[in-house]
Amino acid sequence: MMILADILSATILFAVPLLLVALGGMFSERSGVINIALEGIMVIGALMSFLVLRWFDLSGFGAAQPQLAVLIAILVAGVSGMLFALLLAFASINLKADQTIGGTALNMLAPAFAVVLTWAIQGQGNTTILIPSWVRITAASAGFADSEGFVLRTIFKSLYLTTPLAFLLLILAAFVLYKTKVGLRLRACGEHPQAADSVGVNVYRMRYLGVTISGLLSGIGGLAFTVAAGSGFQSQVAGYGFLALAVMIFGNWKPLNILGASLFFAFFKIIGSYSGSIPFLPDFKNVRSSEYIYLMLPYIVTMIVLILTSKKSRAPKAEGQPYDKGAR
Amino acid sequence: MQGKRPLTRFKGADSLLSSLVSIGAGLLVGLLLLLIFNSSKALYGFGNILFSGVRSTDRFAKVLYTAAPLLMTGLSVGFAFKTGLFNIGASGQYTVGAVLALVGAILWQLPWYLCLLLAIVGGALWGAIPGLCKALFNVNEVITAIMFNWIGVFASNLFLYNSPMMLASAWGAINKDRTGALEAANPGAILPKLGMDKLMNSNRMNIAIFIAIGFAFLMWFILQKTTFGYELKACGYNRNASRYAGINDKRNIVLSMIIAGALSGLGGGLYYLSGTAQFTLGKQLLTMGFSGIPIALLAASHPLGTILSSLFIGHIQVGGEALQPEFAKEIIDIIIAAIIYLSAFSLLMRELIGGLRRRRAKGQAVEADLGDIPPPLLDAEEEETIDLGKKENTI
Repeated sequence: MMILADILSATILFAVPLLLVALGGMFSERSGVINIALEGIMVIGALMSFLVLRWFDLSGFGAAQPQLAVLIAILVAGVSGMLFALLLAFASINLKADQTIGGTALNMLAPAFAVVLTWAIQGQGNTTILIPSWVRITAASAGFADSEGFVLRTIFKSLYLTTPLAFLLLILAAFVLYKTKVGLRLRACGEHPQAADSVGVNVYRMRYLGVTISGLLSGIGGLAFTVAAGSGFQSQVAGYGFLALAVMIFGNWKPLNILGASLFFAFFKIIGSYSGSIPFLPDFKNVRSSEYIYLMLPYIVTMIVLILTSKKSRAPKAEGQPYDKGAR
Repeated sequence: MQGKRPLTRFKGADSLLSSLVSIGAGLLVGLLLLLIFNSSKALYGFGNILFSGVRSTDRFAKVLYTAAPLLMTGLSVGFAFKTGLFNIGASGQYTVGAVLALVGAILWQLPWYLCLLLAIVGGALWGAIPGLCKALFNVNEVITAIMFNWIGVFASNLFLYNSPMMLASAWGAINKDRTGALEAANPGAILPKLGMDKLMNSNRMNIAIFIAIGFAFLMWFILQKTTFGYELKACGYNRNASRYAGINDKRNIVLSMIIAGALSGLGGGLYYLSGTAQFTLGKQLLTMGFSGIPIALLAASHPLGTILSSLFIGHIQVGGEALQPEFAKEIIDIIIAAIIYLSAFSLLMRELIGGLRRRRAKGQAVEADLGDIPPPLLDAEEEETIDLGKKENTI
């Protein structure tokens, strides 16, 4: 039973960054801009928020007001992600550059910039920023005496402020996309920008909005990934930005499907690390380093599901095309 | 378009010029960074970036050694771009190609040319899967390729861990985390050096770069001079239109990805059959495959331009190693990123450059052949469409 709680807890922990970043990608693509720079934005968000966390840790503010400090770090992650995403927006909206090119450049820039900056701040060769211990929300800090019940264990095994926030943001995202005027206009710009323009929607502004929201969510996602991975900020997010892109496509550019897709992917990712302690899973005794079989699992399962559901997959029609007012 | 044309008028001159402008601006960004982080050593460091690769023959050999696999992955990504696909899976194809080449070399004791063939087969196989998924099931090739990057790395590691003969520990070393050195395992699988290693005073020098350049010309020939290449490009520009014209678009998607994969796979083979590199087992994706993307972009996907861009990137990467320990060598990545970002503005720059030239041409408009003047605001795609249209007449 406790193993089940651990698995659930870890699944949610790793689903959160995928969820946030894939939602970010969704906003960008729904407005018509392919955002392949998610990976880079995550790195920048994680970098900036970890610099803030480090500063709070050194100054003692973090230990005194842990969750307030984390909240500020989350804001910093979101804002720096937004600013970084503006680079993509400027290139792909104003200058009508190829969107994959701009995104690739940002993906290269972010980790390199992070390494150079952490070098400059922490001294030569010291490229890891550790996670301060007060960042995690424990059962004790939340006011519970023991954390051994099933529910409490599921919740508090590895809880960070990013987790409840992610679910709030998911609801907000679904609401904005489907129930507000802005959401409708944003989606219109991703399907048929000329039509949207003809009824007075400012396509450029909508696309800027889409890309900035994606920067906000991916920046926070970068922080969420780094606390989930657990070994501190090391100027990379292990390909999670690209995975989120896959989760977004898997989730068919829809918020709730994206939630399902990220939980699905995270579950298959986690199951491998618990394979030893789950009795009914084969443990491949005669294979060396059998953990690699489980490492491949989420990717293979996702591929199979994608092939099975591909008939229903539908990308925003105008994504990837710069909007040109004069085009026929 | 017959007769003498000034150099600036040849097709692609604008892209070349805008690439050069981006390179200059990117290097300037680098210089600025060096100044910010350590102004006293900045000029020295910048000199290293620019000239370290040509300072001695063995440094230059290292540039060529780095450039060969970069050129192959760049060709791979560029070829896919030309056919309307985004091959982000070059990393996985590169890995599988490299591992298969090493299997041929160490396990099967094959000569180098057969190992290279295996590398091509491995890459092609890994490229074929995203192609098939796209053609048959309409799954976006980007997502399949991302998935198969990881599957490729994990499958390769799983295989290597379970084949003790492949590891260095079976060949007189103690490491279990890398493949055996070819020097000990099978010297016949090392790419021929043709005496160039002595000439250049570096054991990194071998025929890899020449093989890679040969493939660049081959790709240029296929894309520009054959019906097959024409069909592939037509599919890239407009899949529906080319299907209407009787081109088998599904077959072409699969073939493009197979060829792109084969190119990346060969890149892996060229690098790991040099005899100086050992495949290290780990859970990370190999970055060489991703480096192919900026190289293809810098060359605007032109196969021959890719030769130049891979040499340039290889050159400044070798220069970047000389930056340490005063600076982080990642400054090179920032420079490359800045160059790519700026080259994304190529359309804008081409307009600017084209505008300047038109203004100049106006002065001599009387004698100028009208057909010679580039139409206003010609972007790459229109330029190529015109080219395609021309070809259609000759077919």
